[in-house]
Order: sequence, then structure tokens, then C-alpha cells
Amino acid sequence: MKVSPRHALAVWKRNFALYRRTWMLNLLPNFFEPILYLVSMGIGVGAYITEMGGTSYIAFIAPGLVAVAAMNGASFEVTYNAYVRMNYEKTYEAMLTTPIQPEDVLAGEILWAMTRATLYGGCFLLVIAAMGLASPGRALIALPLVPLTGLLFAAIGIAFSLRIPTLDLFSFYFTLFLMPLFLFSDVFFPLEERLSGGWLQLAEVLPLLHPVRLMRTAFDGTLSAQVAWDLAYVAVLSLVLLWMAARITRRRLTA
Amino acid sequence: MVIECSRVTKRFGSQVVVDELDLSVPAGGCFGLLGPNGAGKTTTLKMIYGVTAPTEGSIRVFGEDVTKHPRRVRARLGVTLQENALIEVLTPVENLRVFGRYHLLSEAKLDDRIPDLLDFLDLRSHAHLPVVALSGGFQRRLQIALSLVNEPELLILDEPTTGLDPAVRLALWSRIGELRARGTTVLITTHYMDEAERLCDRLAILSEGRRLVEGSPRELIDAHLARAAVEIDQDPAHHASLLARLNGVHHLKAGRRLMIYGDDGPALLEAVQRAGGDPAGLVSRPSNLEDVFLALTGTGLDGDA
Ligand SMILES: Nc1ncnc2c1ncn2[C@@H]1O[C@H](COP(=O)(O)OP(=O)(O)OP(=O)(O)O)[C@@H](O)[C@H]1O
Ligand SMILES: [Mg+2]
Repeated sequence: MKVSPRHALAVWKRNFALYRRTWMLNLLPNFFEPILYLVSMGIGVGAYITEMGGTSYIAFIAPGLVAVAAMNGASFEVTYNAYVRMNYEKTYEAMLTTPIQPEDVLAGEILWAMTRATLYGGCFLLVIAAMGLASPGRALIALPLVPLTGLLFAAIGIAFSLRIPTLDLFSFYFTLFLMPLFLFSDVFFPLEERLSGGWLQLAEVLPLLHPVRLMRTAFDGTLSAQVAWDLAYVAVLSLVLLWMAARITRRRLTA
Repeated sequence: MVIECSRVTKRFGSQVVVDELDLSVPAGGCFGLLGPNGAGKTTTLKMIYGVTAPTEGSIRVFGEDVTKHPRRVRARLGVTLQENALIEVLTPVENLRVFGRYHLLSEAKLDDRIPDLLDFLDLRSHAHLPVVALSGGFQRRLQIALSLVNEPELLILDEPTTGLDPAVRLALWSRIGELRARGTTVLITTHYMDEAERLCDRLAILSEGRRLVEGSPRELIDAHLARAAVEIDQDPAHHASLLARLNGVHHLKAGRRLMIYGDDGPALLEAVQRAGGDPAGLVSRPSNLEDVFLALTGTGLDGDA
């Protein structure tokens, strides 16, 4: 069945109503996460690095950290939260007693995850602009990449959540998937200077690498053909995973 | 007919959960689905509101094929799920608002509708407390209120009164009566026979997915058992000798309880006393739906009853 945008929005509004009540507990701590990295790595470690990728170290890591903020923002929502809503709180079961269809539920959840990604990434972008690490113009160009990164990680996260038999497996997802991505996706050091040949090509599978590169391009304005590849990667992987997630969601919710 | 199921079968793998079920509910009626745990009641409801498709057979709700037009059909009905699904950190008012949006009701419409629902289900005193802070009875009433937010023509209630105290149950029954007076059709499942007898004009008893009987409560009682019952609460060791002395009466056993049926209440009571039934443990009463349920579903079946 096709997504009905108004019903998907009703799902989104459910989450919004909930987070308006609990944002101090659920949202606030995560705002500080990228800022802490920026300060520790950029100012702390950065003091020992005179230059990286042609800029100061703090300016080098700033764009990647925006992508990471978006990744994290989306990930919480489509992992633990979506899993609990589906399996414990019977939220979706209740939604499906109304005209809402499984595809609307999925669309609403993805939209909400993208909203959270935008909230985190957007606020962090503001902080970076305020620190003079990005001009307002550049920050504005980078802004649409934030929900795009959110979309990618919402799609990956929901595809994972729909396939696992128990909540405990999310610790694998965070520690053995998102964490390595965070550490090895061009955020802290340029992969192409550390890896060679086949390894470098293999690294192209890393999902975070592409948003990070796109973000960096937006920050420094050096357009290349790689942008098209990065955008295509994000778009295609997101769509494939969402298509798969839609099928599983329908099967699970209409059993 | 508001609901029309014909030869509906639902299988999960090789397990047959609903077996060639026929069911018709006319507009304005109250239809009850009874049956032991696992009989397939909830599954039947899910097929009727179109969240799960029958393996075989067809279901029409408001004259439409629910598998083809689930959005249109569900816009006109309300469902109270067997298990509550409320947003615990939000208040009843906020829960109603969120749920109303699922039906695409406007904020202005909700402003009108929510106070009515709070009054109708006596929720006003707790309208602005988070749901976690509410008692089970309040939570259940809120769940029922949610299913009424779109002013449904068909109300589907899956064990609505489980866990409610007697006063709240009575109040709820009268609310259901009011809804019916306004023309709402009701489909209800329950494990309370008094509730079914009181609310339903027709009911079906299911067992292992099959419909055993269907009819009005009175018809079912008349068709299956004599009018009067004597209930004996006695050590089961004495049951056999007592029955031997009464030779060939209709009876049912449920643990310590032995139920004996006959057409003439006073005569039956006298016969049981003569046969040595302990007078302190004897109750004479009309036979009821619970007796029919026990007899048909085999739960209390014993001997030639
Ligand atoms: N999604 C499912 N997958 C597999 N089996 C299922 C599924 N849903 C229900 N069943 C099985 O179908 C049978 C009927 O379940 P159902 O919930 O309809 O019973 P019920 O009459 O509502 O019982 P109760 O009175 O306990 O609520 C049970 O054996 C149950 O385990
Ligand atoms: Mg049930």
C-alpha cells in the first residue's frame, strides 16, 4: 500500500507529543556529545597537530562531527525506541486499529528519526558556525546534508531493528557498528593517507564515510565527481533498505 | 449487515486458529464472541478490522471487502485492544489528542470531542495526570475512550472489562447501552458470562477456532440445558455415590462443584437432598450461560451431561 503523508505525519506527531514532554531527559544530553568531542579532540589533541588536510585539526574534524551528530540522532530513535514501540508498548498495534497502514508507520518513524538527526546536527552546526569554523553560507549549504545523513542511518537502523530477535543485540549495533564507523570514516584522519589500494576501495562500503565527505565538501567548497558518487551511495542504500523495511514492517504488523 | 464473515479460516503455519467461521452482525446489534483462551477470538477481531488477512474466506464490513479497503473501513470503526496500548508519560487528554490525529481529526474537532469523551467515561478527574499514575480501571476506560474518538459506527471490544471493579463494570455496561441506543453496532469478546448475557443480543461460542453454537443467550440456555440447576459444593469423593443415587441426571463437574440440571427447580432440590447432598453446600438457581459454556467447551464436561 502507498504511504499516506497525512497518516505518516500523525505518527510523527505522536513522537513529537511524547518528546515535548521528555526532551530534557532524552534529547538534551546528546546535544553535548559532539561538542565534547570537538573540544577534546580539536582543542586537546589538536594542540599537537599543526595541520591536517590543509587546515587546523579542529577545522578538519568539525564537518565529520556534524555527520556523526546526525547519525547518532537518527540511530537512537530507530533502534531501542522503535523496537520497544513495536514489541513491548504495542504502539503500532494501536495505530493499526485506525486508518494508518504499516507503510505510514514506517514513514512516520523515519521522518521522526530524520527530525531528531536534524535537531542534533543542526544545533551542532550552529555551534560550529558560532565558533567561526564554518561561515554562515557554508553552514547553510551543509544543512540539508544533516537530514540526508539522518535518512541513511534511520534506514540502516530500522532494517537492523526489524530483523533482530532480541533487544540485547543493539549493543552490537552501537559498539561494533556505529562506533567503528565513527572512528574510521574520515572524521578524525583522512583515510586516503592511511590506507592504500584495495583497502581504500573496500572502505567505500562504510556508510558514514559518504556523509562525512559530503559534509567536508560543503565546508570547503571543493566540488568533485566524488560528490555524485557519495550522494548516489546515500540515496540508493537508503531507498533499498527502506523498501526492504517496508516489506518486513507490513509482514510483521499484519501477522 | 455491518459484519459478514463467510467461511473464514486463519492458519498460522499448520495451526488452524479460525476454522470456517460464519458470522453476521446486523446494524445496531451487540454480538458476543465467547470461548476459552486461545479459541481464536482476538484473531477473528483482527481479521474483521482488517489488520490481518484471512487465509481463506471473505469478510465484508459495512458492505466492503476489508482486505481491499482497510483505510475506509477502519475510519468508521473503533477497536479496544485486549491489552492497553497507552502513552504512559502523557495524560489522558494528550493520549486522546494523539489518537484522534491517527484518524486525521482536526485540532478544533478534537477540542470539541475530548471533553465529551472524558465525561462519557468518567475520566475528567484524572484528565491531566500522566497515565502511569492512573489505576488499572482508569487506564482501561481511557483505552475505551480512544476507540470512541472517531465516533465509530462499529465498536469492537476485546475483553473490555477484564480487571475492572464491579461498579466500573456496571457503569461501562450502561455506557455501552447508551452507545447502542444511538445506533452503534457492538462486537465484544468476554470471559464473563454475566456480561455476555447482559449485553449481547446474539453470541457465538468458539472453541479451537470453530463456532460451536450461535444464538441469543436465552436460546442457547434453552437449547442446551434444563431450566433449573442445583449446585453442590462438596468433596469430589462423594460425587459418584450422589450421582448414582440420582441415576442418570444431567450434570457438570468443575472441581469441587457439581451442577445438576432439571426442569423443575424445587423438585430437583428435594431430590438432591434426598440423595444425600449436604444441605449447607447446596444452591438452587436457574441454569445460565456459564453452564452452557462449560458444557459446550468441554471445560467442565463429565459423564452424560
Ligand atoms: N501472530 C500469530 N502467530 C502465530 N500464532 C498465533 C498468532 N496470533 C495468535 N496465534 C495463536 O492463535 C491462537 C488463538 O489466539 P487468539 O489470541 O485469537 O485467542 P483468544 O481467543 O483471543 O484467546 P484469549 O482468550 O486468551 O485472549 C493461539 O493459539 C495463539 O497462540
Ligand atoms: Mg484474545
